[in-house]
Amino acid sequence: MPSFAFNGKTIETDDEGYLQILDNWNKEIAEYLAKEEGITLTEKHWELIEWVRDYFFKFQVAPAIKSLIKEVGKLENLPDKKEANKFIYELFPEGPAKQLAKIAGLPKPTGCV
Amino acid sequence: MAKTKAAYKVPILTGEIKIPKVVSGISAYEKMYQGEKDDMVALGFPASLEEGWEIKAVGIFKQLLSHNKALRDYMDICVRCGACTDKCQFFLGTGDSNNMPVGRAELMRKVYRYYFTPAGSLFKGLADAEPFSEEMLKKWFTYYYQCSECRRCSYYCPYGIDTAVITMAAREIMDGIGLGQKYSTVIIHKVFNTGNNIGIPQAALRNTLDDLEEEINEETGKDVKIPMDVEGAEVLLVPPSADFFAMPHMESLKGYAKVFYKAGVSWTVSSYASEAANFGMFIGSYRNTKELNKRIWDEARRLKVKRVVVGECGHAWRAMYNYSNTMNGPFDFLDNKYRQPTHICDFTLGLIKDGVIKVDPSANDDKIITYHDSCNIARGSRIGEIPGGQFTIPRELIKACANNFYELRNGTNKAETYCCGAGGGILTDEVMNVRIAGSMAKMQTIKEVMDNKGVNFLALICAICKTQFAKMYQLYGFDAEMVGGIHQLVSSAIIL
Repeated sequence: MPSFAFNGKTIETDDEGYLQILDNWNKEIAEYLAKEEGITLTEKHWELIEWVRDYFFKFQVAPAIKSLIKEVGKLENLPDKKEANKFIYELFPEGPAKQLAKIAGLPKPTGCV
Repeated sequence: MAKTKAAYKVPILTGEIKIPKVVSGISAYEKMYQGEKDDMVALGFPASLEEGWEIKAVGIFKQLLSHNKALRDYMDICVRCGACTDKCQFFLGTGDSNNMPVGRAELMRKVYRYYFTPAGSLFKGLADAEPFSEEMLKKWFTYYYQCSECRRCSYYCPYGIDTAVITMAAREIMDGIGLGQKYSTVIIHKVFNTGNNIGIPQAALRNTLDDLEEEINEETGKDVKIPMDVEGAEVLLVPPSADFFAMPHMESLKGYAKVFYKAGVSWTVSSYASEAANFGMFIGSYRNTKELNKRIWDEARRLKVKRVVVGECGHAWRAMYNYSNTMNGPFDFLDNKYRQPTHICDFTLGLIKDGVIKVDPSANDDKIITYHDSCNIARGSRIGEIPGGQFTIPRELIKACANNFYELRNGTNKAETYCCGAGGGILTDEVMNVRIAGSMAKMQTIKEVMDNKGVNFLALICAICKTQFAKMYQLYGFDAEMVGGIHQLVSSAIIL
């Protein structure tokens, strides 16, 4: 199984670098995973990371894109859905479903997505 | 780690499709991730490749040949005329001779001759026969997963050889010896556990639907509902689960909801049968295909609906339309004045023609539209009562809902459509370059109508096509919002 060393600990991932064990996630690891994706995390990133993690632990799945857009609309006062979507992609250029999930320590979404 | 964008090889679009220089093995570098233990076992396959796999593989092959007369014929009757060679979008995109349909099939025919024909077992290499070696298995795992089972080659084959049957048999043999593909096996396992490919449990699904209802309400001021698990509804709607999760898919779900609302037809989605897609078909597993299909009809019985309507999903429609009756029929508990199942495009167009719902095509005047025929619908099934309905019904529906429509060039649409490049269970990121290569032929024809007709919207009726083209548009340098479902157009045009 692929893995990376972090603070003296071996962190297992799937083939594409998504954490294998949810409990292994912490803020430092998120910073590391973000860096690997070429992203420096700001307060705005953290808001979304924390929200998708809360959603995941409540519902056992990551939120649908429109639910995320709705949340961003509220958080950032962006009622226009296109603007909210653009805002998300500016933070996570490879898309929220995969890149945001990866940095938030969630599994990769499966299916036709 | 995932490949970076820079590692993607995106061709330049000229609008022309050229036959590439042929190089054997040039696309062997991209392979699928292998199926994992838990998923393989859940699907009834060995956890991993074990000692003695060669003997076991030959045994499964023998069984398939005796059960599947078509497969045996396809092994024997090819005359190597070459009609298929330049018809595959994966060959056109990669130039790999193993991606010529005859080249791909030859990987199985060599093994077939070695074990199952007198000439092959006596004269081996002289008779173009090869044992099932480790090297051959590697080739199978590579090239039978660079095929989208689109059957474009079959359309041109003078003998009617269905190459998808060969690909499915190869995958079934590999699964049977413990060498599975991660993407498809994870997904099938998720359906068994949660009802859908994405793994959306009941409470999450309801939450998503609530958010969608709120959005429709904000946009239209109408109290459009998306009912879930409602017993006694007239219609059970089964969409691909991407319609609950991703863009542009969710826009089509809004379209379906508005159609039911305006028509006054009671309907429901189900949290148990929350998936139209059937990846069992992709891996050629009759048992898994049947099990996935059964969930839908079990739920139709439990909810006491009168009819089943299928959302915008290509292979799902084929799996539902072609195989349901023999696998899990008969459906005499449903109201048989309706076609069972009914395609959502057939359903909506019927309501428009009957005057039950009204649409304003000028609502889509910002769009200049073309349509991509999805393989499994175009070549694998029919929609509606009349032959060719799978071509006419989606087009009539688009034209009812929009004023600007242009066809892609002849020879690349309807029964001759090129695949999007990611059907058949290869819509996964580890083979992104194969997907890019496979999309190239269709992207060239789309580029042609973009340049000549100003096309700015690609209408689709398949969840895989939507995800694939949205991704390809980004990589080729177009806006992903230029891709969407036909019911996205319906959603804008319907007068509520």
